[in-house]
Order: sequence, then C-alpha cells, then structure tokens
Amino acid sequence: MSNSNIENNQQQEFTITVYTENQIGLLNRIAIIFSRRKINIESLNVSPSEIEHIHRFNIVITETEEVVRKLARQIEKQVEVLKVYFNTNEDIIWQELALYKVPTDTIAEKVSVERLLRENGARAVVIRKDYTVFETTGHREETDKLIEVLQPYGLIEFVRSARVAIIKDSEGFNAKLREFEREKPGQDVIENEYLDSEKNVFTM
Amino acid sequence: MEIAQAELTTQTEPKTTVSVTGSVALLEGLIAEGTEVVFGYPGGAIMPIYDALYDYNDKLQHILVRHEQGATHAAQGYARTSGKVGVVFATSGPGATNLVTGLADAQIDSTPMVCITGQVFAHLLGTDAFQETDVINITTPVTKWNYQVTDASEIPAALAKAFYIARTGRPGPVLVDITKNAQMQLFDYAGYVPCDHIRSYRPKPHVRKEYVEAAAEMINAAKKPFILFGQGVLLGSAEQEFKAFVEKSGIPAAWTILGAGAIPTDHPLNVGMLGMHGNYGPNVQTNSCDVLIAIGMRFDDRVTGRLDKYAKQAKVIHLDIDPAEIDKNVKADVPVWGDCKETLPLLTALVEAKEHKEWVAEFRAFDKIEQEELIQKELHPEGDELSMGEVIHQLNELTKGEAVIVSDVGQHQMVACRYALFNKTRSNITSGGLGTMGFGLPAAIGAKFGTPDRTVVAVIGDGGFQMTLQELGTIMQSGVDVKIMILNNQFLGMVRQWQQLFNERRYSFVDIKSPDFVKLAESYYIKGKRVTERADLVSSLEEMLNHKGSYLLEVMVAKEHNVFPMVPQGCSVSEIRLK
Repeated sequence: MSNSNIENNQQQEFTITVYTENQIGLLNRIAIIFSRRKINIESLNVSPSEIEHIHRFNIVITETEEVVRKLARQIEKQVEVLKVYFNTNEDIIWQELALYKVPTDTIAEKVSVERLLRENGARAVVIRKDYTVFETTGHREETDKLIEVLQPYGLIEFVRSARVAIIKDSEGFNAKLREFEREKPGQDVIENEYLDSEKNVFTM
Repeated sequence: MEIAQAELTTQTEPKTTVSVTGSVALLEGLIAEGTEVVFGYPGGAIMPIYDALYDYNDKLQHILVRHEQGATHAAQGYARTSGKVGVVFATSGPGATNLVTGLADAQIDSTPMVCITGQVFAHLLGTDAFQETDVINITTPVTKWNYQVTDASEIPAALAKAFYIARTGRPGPVLVDITKNAQMQLFDYAGYVPCDHIRSYRPKPHVRKEYVEAAAEMINAAKKPFILFGQGVLLGSAEQEFKAFVEKSGIPAAWTILGAGAIPTDHPLNVGMLGMHGNYGPNVQTNSCDVLIAIGMRFDDRVTGRLDKYAKQAKVIHLDIDPAEIDKNVKADVPVWGDCKETLPLLTALVEAKEHKEWVAEFRAFDKIEQEELIQKELHPEGDELSMGEVIHQLNELTKGEAVIVSDVGQHQMVACRYALFNKTRSNITSGGLGTMGFGLPAAIGAKFGTPDRTVVAVIGDGGFQMTLQELGTIMQSGVDVKIMILNNQFLGMVRQWQQLFNERRYSFVDIKSPDFVKLAESYYIKGKRVTERADLVSSLEEMLNHKGSYLLEVMVAKEHNVFPMVPQGCSVSEIRLK
C-alpha cells in the first residue's frame, strides 16, 4: 500500500483476511487480540477456504493502518495461523447477505412486489400465506436501504451476515502453496518452507 | 510400566507398538525430550499421571512444591539458568488456575515452559464437574500455545508439539490439558517422535541479507552508535556472537535487566543498565546517539520512558526474532528479522573495526557523575543504617560475580540488578515484564536445579517473600541449596517510594509487618540469621555462602531509602533524576 502518512493515521474500514489451520480454540485466540486492545470487531466470518483443511477468516474493523499492521503481526504470530492480509475497501470485492421477513398480506396489498425486488436486486426466498422472506446481497448501504423500504410494511425480522471479501490482487492461497513446491521459492514464500511439504507436515 | 528403549527407537522398521496408558506415554515423552526435573503438585484429575510417575522415580525427578504458582516460577528459574524447557504438573480446577501468574510471567519474559494439567473426564467437560475449570480458555492469553487432549493417542504428538513450540522461535509457555480418561486409556504406542516443524509456524524468520547490509552501512557511517541488548541474546545462545560484534564495532552497549550478563558487567564496552532505574549514561545518551542498535529487546515502557521523546534523533536498527516486535513501540529504520545467533555474525562481518573512544568516554563521564553523586553514597553509606546497595556490594566482594542472583520484585530488585556483578550469562534471574512479587523464592529453587554447580542467591524483599514463603517447605523437603537473603526495610518499598515522591508521602498500606523470618526458617529446619549492624554484615554473608545447604539471612536495611537514578513516569529517559 502506498498511502501517505496522513492517510495512515486516519481510521478507516479494513478487512483482515486470515488463513489458518482448522483448530478448536483458534477463534478465541484471534478474537482476544482485538478485545485485549479494546477494538470492536464489526464483522467476522469464518469459513473453509479454497484449500482443504485451511480456514479463512474475514474480520472487519475500523482503525488506522498502523494499528491494523500491528494487529496483523500479532495474529500471524499465532502458531496455527498461516498468513494474514489486510486491505482497505478499495482493494477488495465484498458482499453481505441479508434476509427480510415481512407480512405477506401487506406486501401483496400495498406494494408492487415486482418493482421492489427489481429496484433492490432482491428476490423472494419463501412466500407463505402469513409471511414472505426476501433476500439480497450487497454492501451495507444496499441492504440498509431495503430495510428502509420495507419498514413501512411491517418488517417482522431482519438479519444480515458477516462480510465475505475477495482480495482483488490476490491469486489465492493455492498459488502461494504451489510456489512452495518450486525448487527455488521467491523471497516472500521462503519464510515457510514447510508449508506444502505434505508428507513432512506435522499434524495432530 | 516402563518400556524398553529399543522398542521406542525402531521407527524405520514396521512400527512395533506397545499398549500403554496415556500417562506412561506422557512420561516417556518427557524423558525423550530430556526433561530432568518436574515441578508439580498432585490432585484428583492428574492422579493417573502421578500413579505412573511412581514407577519413574529413578528416571524423572519430581519436586513437590507447596503451591502451583511456585511450580511455575521454579520451572521458570530452571529454564532461565539451564536454557532448557521447564516442566510443570498441576491438577484441574484450582491447580490449573494457580498456574496463571507463572504462565503470564513466562509469556511476557519469553521463558520456555511446558505445563501439563489434569482435566476432568472428557464426558464431564462443560458440566461444572468437581474441580472442572476451562483452563484452555483461561490460559489462552498467557500461553504461546495450548491444547486439550481427550484421547490418549494424541498425547505423544501433542507433547512433541508443545516442546517444539515452547523452545523454538521466541520461546514461551505452553499448556497441555489432559482429561483423566486420556491419562488412563490404553492405546497402541509407537514411540515418541519429536516435532521439528509445524507448517503454520515460522519460528525463525528468513534473514534478509539486504537488511543486514543496510544495517551495516548505517553502523559504519555512524558517529555515535549505541547498542541496547536484551534477553534475546541469551535466548538465542548468542553471547559469543554478540561479544564479537560489540568488540569489532567498538560500540558501547547497555542492557535491559533480562539481558544482563550477556557480556560481563566489567567488559569495557558494557556501559550499564537501561530504564527507569538504570544508569545515568545509557539513559541520557539514548537521546544523543545517532544510531540505536536494539538487539533482542522489545522497548518496554520501563526502558523507553516517554515514547514520543525517545531517541527521536537516532536512526533505529532493530534485530529481533519476533516480527511482531518490529515497529511495535519504536519505529525501526532498518528491521533485521531473525535469530541473532544467525544475524549477528552476518552483521559483524560487514561492520568496520572501530574504536569510538570519544563517544565511549562520554559514557564514562556520566558514570563518574553517577558514581560521585549517587553510587558511592549507596555502596558506602555514612549513617548507621544499612543500604541495600552495600549489601549487594559486599555480596559481590565474596562471590566475585560468579553467583546466580535471583531477585523478586521491587526496590531490592532494582538494586540487585544495578549493583550485582555478572561474569557469566544466565546469572540474573528476575521477573522483568510482569513484575511478579513472590517470584524470587520459587524461581531460586528452580534456578539451582538448572545449574547445580553454581551458588544461587535469592535476593528478596520482606513483602515479596511473604507472597510465596510456603516454598520454604519445598526447600526443606528437596534439600536444594538456596541462599535466601531478605532485604527487610519493613515497607513495600517501591510503592512507598512512589507515594513519597508523587503522592506527598501519603503512605497508603505500604507499612508491612513481618513474622520472625529466622524462626520461620528454623521451623522449616533451615538455618537462619538476622543482621542489623554493619559490623556483622560481611561475616554473616560469608557464613551464608559457606554454609552447606540452604540458609536464610535477613538483613535489616534503611526503612525509607529510595532507588535512584529514576526516570519518573511520563518523563523522557534524558530527564533521569539522580535524586
């Protein structure tokens, strides 16, 4: 990142991507790195990555780049963490999924459902006599907007998922793993020469 | 039940397995890792391991402590003097929670330690069973790694991983929690295989030669370079490499309290102690050097004082094995990630041989001021009251800097670190980062086990001693030879000093009464003596040092004596006060 110093000291949204082993207790180990410094995690998603047995965390916080860099190093220091990246919103493609439950009768009576769905990129997941569930994916502003739209029609329930993000520049972790198989790995990967020597890998 | 060594080492042939319990596998693993001594305390959930231990008496020494905290500090003392991994056994629940202070101390001071805790049966986990506590989650923030074993077959690999993680990279404490069923369970044991890598773990960062070159260039161009060294030199067993670097470059070097002894106290380029109660020269000169070379130290706030006024004029080179330490407190112009045993020789090869005569002389000029205004008065006080400094000074005269000095926390600790002579590495054992009162006595026990041929002197205050004095029982029962020196000022001295200097002498709960320590020692069958007069000091110290076996010497020192120099909190290191 080539941000100027002024920008470095400004708080902004960062998405931290963490590749880890799948280990009980690791979520806590990572979470307390934030809570110890009284930093709120705004969004957290943990799911399998593109590589079997390797998990991917997406953590969203608002902080300065300096703080985020230090946090990233503390996370990467954990024994079961493979690699940590942190990115600003410009560096990533991200989505959040939201579900909205509204009474079917009001919706059918007062709203042009078709127009509403089209305008907000939403779709109906379930339509029952008593309620309808819409779903949309997008950025926070987009999912928020649909809340506003549906609020007058008696929004019963709303839920939004954590952010999932893809790093624009990243060639994925697979590429990194493949690099380890080369005879002369690049400077960036030599730091973990054992990463993909599967048969030598110590697992429990 | 013991297993023949032959059965354990036939790894290449079709695996022969033996049916053993998890407990036996654990003990075999500890022996394979070279464990000589375990500090522990039995209890319900760790009984199967203790039952197995009954048959391992000749192979594995177990020291029964009087409190689990004592076991952790003893293991720390052992690790710090021996360079090996300290091992602790404790039971579940209260046994495990009593480890927390020692774990936190070992974590912040990077001490390699493996704690084994018993846990309730796996089927009882989460049921609030008797003596159940969530030890994994309680200890997560204070361990480098921890793991819960619920099946015996996991034990060898978990233990191997534990030792590997504890001792490699930046060392630290690990904890393995083993449920009772796993300890009792029979399984097919194929022998112990030590761990030598974990794919997600990078103990040694790859050394980037370009940074070493940049550092050398910066050092060669420097007019007033200054080395700060910490425990990293000791942990990396890089004392020789460090000495070679210092001597070739001719750069004055100052130490953090955990780095003390990496080069001898009287080395011509050793310019003294850093930090709040460190020496005058090194603190002031931090703010006048042009290149600051930090080696295996982490810029703790007790070393840096006010950060925004710390070495702002200097370019900073930071050598550390832990990438998370780079730029954490002080921004490095040139970071040299890596094991200093590896990086220092590379750097030494590239730096020009120099003598910074005038620059070193500046340090000596500050020394002279400190000697005249402070040290001579401390070591040779005019009044009748004994000073802590003169006690340490007289001890130096007798031990000639050959003893291991274990200190507790407080005024006496700062005095011991400032005035004790260290000819050898791994001689200053103290609780640095956590400042754990009560560390001294149990740590001295472990320190002696770690280096049985050396004299171990525990220097402890009257406050700290009363936090873990039950470990006198451990000394009595194990017969370990520890010289205990209580510097009794009848106050919680360091807090009293702050209250005097910053709270207008509002002495709030720092007046502490003590039992008759000599009688207390006698009740544990430990010989003891109290000294109140200067005339008796030297002969009493001699008697203590010459006594066969443990000895407790209580020295009554000045009640309201302050430790100086001092960098008051919130001040810059160059604002250090001599009085």
